[in-house]
Amino acid sequence: MSPGFLYFSQLVVTGLVIGSVYSLVALGFVLIYKATSVINFAQGEFVLMGAYICLWVVVDMQIPFVWAFFITMAFSVVLGLLVERFMLRPLIGEPIITVIMVTIGLATVLKSIVTLFWGTQIKVFPQIFSQEPLRFQGIVVSEVYLWTFGFALLFMAVFAAFFKYSRAGIAMRATADDQQVAQSMGISVKRIFAISWCLAAVVSAVGGILIGNINGINITLADFGLKVFPAVILGGLDSIVGAIIGGLAIGILENLMGGYLDIYFGGGVKEVAPFVVLVVILMIKPYGLFGTVEIERV
Amino acid sequence: MPTGLFHSTYKDDEKIFQAIWLKCWMGGLLLFLFVGLPFIAPALSGIFGFSVQHMANMIGIYIIGAHGLNLLTGFTGQISLGHGAFMGVGAYTSAILFMKAGWPFWLSLPAAGLVTAGVGMIFGVPSLRLRGLYLAIATMAAQFIIGYAMRNWTSLTGGSGGLNVDRPSFLGFALDTDLHYYYLILVLAIVSTVFLKNLLRTRTGRAMVAVRDRYLSAEIMGVNLFKYRLLAFGISSFYVGVAGGLFAHYNLVVSDEHFTMWLSIQYLAMVIIGGLGHVLGGIFGTIFMVLLPEVLRIPTQILSNIYPNIFAIFGTLRELVFGLVIILFLIFEPDGLAARWHTIRAYWKLWPFSY
Repeated sequence: MSPGFLYFSQLVVTGLVIGSVYSLVALGFVLIYKATSVINFAQGEFVLMGAYICLWVVVDMQIPFVWAFFITMAFSVVLGLLVERFMLRPLIGEPIITVIMVTIGLATVLKSIVTLFWGTQIKVFPQIFSQEPLRFQGIVVSEVYLWTFGFALLFMAVFAAFFKYSRAGIAMRATADDQQVAQSMGISVKRIFAISWCLAAVVSAVGGILIGNINGINITLADFGLKVFPAVILGGLDSIVGAIIGGLAIGILENLMGGYLDIYFGGGVKEVAPFVVLVVILMIKPYGLFGTVEIERV
Repeated sequence: MPTGLFHSTYKDDEKIFQAIWLKCWMGGLLLFLFVGLPFIAPALSGIFGFSVQHMANMIGIYIIGAHGLNLLTGFTGQISLGHGAFMGVGAYTSAILFMKAGWPFWLSLPAAGLVTAGVGMIFGVPSLRLRGLYLAIATMAAQFIIGYAMRNWTSLTGGSGGLNVDRPSFLGFALDTDLHYYYLILVLAIVSTVFLKNLLRTRTGRAMVAVRDRYLSAEIMGVNLFKYRLLAFGISSFYVGVAGGLFAHYNLVVSDEHFTMWLSIQYLAMVIIGGLGHVLGGIFGTIFMVLLPEVLRIPTQILSNIYPNIFAIFGTLRELVFGLVIILFLIFEPDGLAARWHTIRAYWKLWPFSY
């Protein structure tokens, strides 16, 4: 392979891995939006919480990683339940601005709690997957990347199956479609709301743990969570397939733009490129690739 | 003698000051702001342990910005998460025009407003087709993009080191002390308040409120949605741009760290805690939010006897309290301080014969 193409493929492969984690977190975001019509600005803080809890359990409590993973899941379920019960439920029926603002307030609170407990220094997970690079045709991929990609895909598959076949999943789709009809069919909408928040917290925590294994974690991981916005806008706010494809696309796109444009803009293009894409999409195709187009005519 | 306010003509009903004593109160307040506050500020500073004059200046600057956001969010129903960055645009514009291009201050400040209005309107364009929640995301993107430009467009903005700005002079009057600058801020804050209050009584203002309340009905009534949404975005950004310009010359240095997402959130918190859709809301909310950290210092000082390292985490504690205050206000007092103020006033108006 020519060096230019090699560079390109390397960027694409790395972007794909990061993108798979975006997809996972975006999945949580879309879940909440679909079921409850709430835009959750605290999604990034769910990622942060998950990563730090797992790290704390592994490093300070000396519990093996596999168990720590499940403890983190349990914690996320509780976190999601608490948030839904004490913050979102009192606001049912309030204007959308209020609901958005309360998730922003939640984000601030969660972030400062993390800072209070763990400080702002970067922390690294103990090596769980080897960093030994594997080579395919000259493209270098470390093992931890492969694991991350595999896990992300696994979780997406599990959730897709959950929605398609499980009772709760079908109830969730029904609620997303029409709350009143769902309620009259005997579905407890309150319970569905609670489940959505739990699931969103769980997938975000998984995303946080995966990313933490690659880069180590500090407080800026919350900004990682904000990258789900370009992903879901690209895919369409209320589309699960869209979230997955959008996440992968944004991952690749930001890596490519970072790789080729950093020299012209003095670095950091990766951080801002997804948001430029976001604005462009909003201007030309506001409902994304797979989102439901709302037509309003007077 | 009437026992309350009973309007018999529309003209009466549209008056800003509906009763003579309101004018008296307002006159008293203005007298206090212009003469009383500067006079007692040094003494108060001694009591409270922080510069009251400085606080008053900061409140004045933020009131202008909060009015802007309130016009957009409270009166037109468009949420913006980018006003922190828009304030930065104003600050940098005024600073660059004043320091590098050598413009006089009385030109660079309005220019800051106009440039910010332009930038704000670009990011407001998605509001043409989209509802509030998409706009929140678009303006959040604006926050990140503008923040990036401030950090990386080094030739223009000086990069992460920021720009140094001088105190200006206005009509040959040097605004070199906090007190002199206070009068400039005070006048502009009053002008912006009066303009906002009056805007809402015009056709434009009523159209904006109609767009907020039910945009489909508004469109049926002949209100051009796009025009008024974009106009609201423009005026709102103009306000916050002027606030940014004032901030730049007051703070003497502008850098991207002043205009982060956190500032945008603070702005939103100001108008929500103060009361969305009340002119008084922007004022109450700003006073609350600017004074809150100073008030927080008192328990922190007491606690520092027990936990000596509490000052190291003061910033984090402040954020925690801000977040909690926002959440609690939204759940328990969603109409904000202004609504509470109206209840209290209505109670006292008829006291002691409340029925």
